Amino acid sequence: MSDAEAPRFTISFDGEPVSVTEGQTIAAALIAGGHPSWRRTRHGDAPRGLFCGIGVCFDCLVTVNGVRSARACLIAARPGDDVRSERGSERDDLVA
Amino acid sequence: MTSSPDPALDVAVIGAGPSGLAAANAAADAGLTVAVLDLAERIGGQYYRHALGETASATPGPFHHGWSDFVALQRPFDAHRQAGRIRYCPRHAVWSIGRRDLGSLVVRVVQDERERRPRIVAARAVIVATGAHDRQLPFPGWTLPGVMAGGGAQALLKGSHVAPGRRAVVAGTGPFLLSVADGLLIAGVQVAEIVEANRPWRMATQPRALPGAGAKLGEALGYAARLARHRVPLRTRHAVIAAHGHDRLEAVTVARLDAGGEVVAGGERRVACDLLAVGYGFTPQIELGLAAGCATALDRDGSLVLAADPDGRTSVAGVYAAGETTGVGGAQLAIAEGSLCGIAAARDLGAHRAPDATDAVSLRRRRRALRGFAAALAEVHPTPRGWTGWLADDTLVCRCEEVSCAQVRAAVTELGAGDARTVKLLARPGMGWCQGRICGSAVATLTAQLRGRPVDEDDLVAMSRRVLGQPVPIGQLASLAEPPADRADEPPGDRPGDSLADHPTTRSQTPPVARPIHLPPRP
Repeated sequence: MSDAEAPRFTISFDGEPVSVTEGQTIAAALIAGGHPSWRRTRHGDAPRGLFCGIGVCFDCLVTVNGVRSARACLIAARPGDDVRSERGSERDDLVA
Repeated sequence: MTSSPDPALDVAVIGAGPSGLAAANAAADAGLTVAVLDLAERIGGQYYRHALGETASATPGPFHHGWSDFVALQRPFDAHRQAGRIRYCPRHAVWSIGRRDLGSLVVRVVQDERERRPRIVAARAVIVATGAHDRQLPFPGWTLPGVMAGGGAQALLKGSHVAPGRRAVVAGTGPFLLSVADGLLIAGVQVAEIVEANRPWRMATQPRALPGAGAKLGEALGYAARLARHRVPLRTRHAVIAAHGHDRLEAVTVARLDAGGEVVAGGERRVACDLLAVGYGFTPQIELGLAAGCATALDRDGSLVLAADPDGRTSVAGVYAAGETTGVGGAQLAIAEGSLCGIAAARDLGAHRAPDATDAVSLRRRRRALRGFAAALAEVHPTPRGWTGWLADDTLVCRCEEVSCAQVRAAVTELGAGDARTVKLLARPGMGWCQGRICGSAVATLTAQLRGRPVDEDDLVAMSRRVLGQPVPIGQLASLAEPPADRADEPPGDRPGDSLADHPTTRSQTPPVARPIHLPPRP
């Protein structure tokens, strides 16, 4: 793979730097960076990462630059992206 | 409230995979104005998924097969784009097809996963070319990170040049497993074994397999060579029945199956791996057609598909379907069907450059042959009948809503649910983010089995019917009640039909009387 020539940049995942080759999705960059999961489910608090990889299963949801529940497998990473893992529905503040 | 004029856009194609590209090209060839709306960043769908910078390349990247077919689609597509006949809209999530009035349909879009802007595209016809995704059978541990669809592993390899793990097991059924394993090997991933539930050489006894077999055989032999070089064992009549690990995949259990697809006790083996790429054939993505009122059918492989005539016309006037949405059959069939759709739409809309009648004839012949091949594949690669026996009480059947096998079973045996629709109502499988895409056929099959009957179309429809085809911010739904301001909202230079407003599209016939689209009853 001649990705040696492709431009590289950094995004952050929960505050830690993750290296990206231009064109990679956020999911791909996270997996390549040693993060197989970036979400925990609502009921079982179980870790989830990429499953279908093509945007239909919604397992890979992540917060990107403040936008919640975005499909990481669909988004091409951009320099400086602030990616945050999600826990449950992220709306525990609404629970009585 | 402004009345909506006839749209200047003739055809909206949903999907930029093999069938969508072929349909767009055929329609544009005939002089129609076309917009192609696609979810992804680049054209190609799944089969021709590729990395940034590879789109215009004449030489295939390391993971590709049939690249020359993609080039043959992409070159005219690009030429039509340059000429303004095709408008290509990436990162468009289509959530609904509706009817505006007699002559026009509307396609509702959420644009860009990061920004989620609303968009409405009006067209005289819509082609549903939304493809398919891997069919999944639940098993204990399948939700562990590191377990992914075969298509997901390929998406990472082909689209991002990322190897999804170090040591893989590839499992499921169908020739796609070989392609996945091949790609992983090229990427330097160790493939411990391929676990195939059926016996692929039974294709040799399938008479309908002969046409189209040549090219496929060549492809398979290519894979076989690399697999042999890397000494990757192919276990037939085996299945992965469990995945193990704490917070990520560490190993799988492989079991032998008997001729009836049931696990043979005592033959289980544990295989260490950090990647399981799994898939049992494909499930078409038909929700947009279904919500628009299109009739469905049950295909040979048990999939719910959109019913269409040989040229791709569905039961709803102005709505066409091509590729996997009419029945899983691979890229070549998708291209043939897409071309037929584009030609049919051109005829039906009275395009001034009518396509040559002979094109359609040879395409239909090709389609028949390839559908025959697909039927043979389906015959040889059924999902193993005993798969429900792999489920433990706490195995999640619905990943999104975290509904367990025990909860589904209780809905049937304790609460009296007689069909998948009622199971969905009572236990919630299929009500989460993915809206039943991943668990739909599993819930339908499990329910039917518990009721002692075969799966029927109603079960699958209940799990597949969804009013919103993609998540929509609630503010956008609310704003639909207001007069359409879509023209003003669309970014400049990107409005289909705008600069083409003067483009003459003769209409020598009025479109057939539209059947109104009724919103399906709430499940």
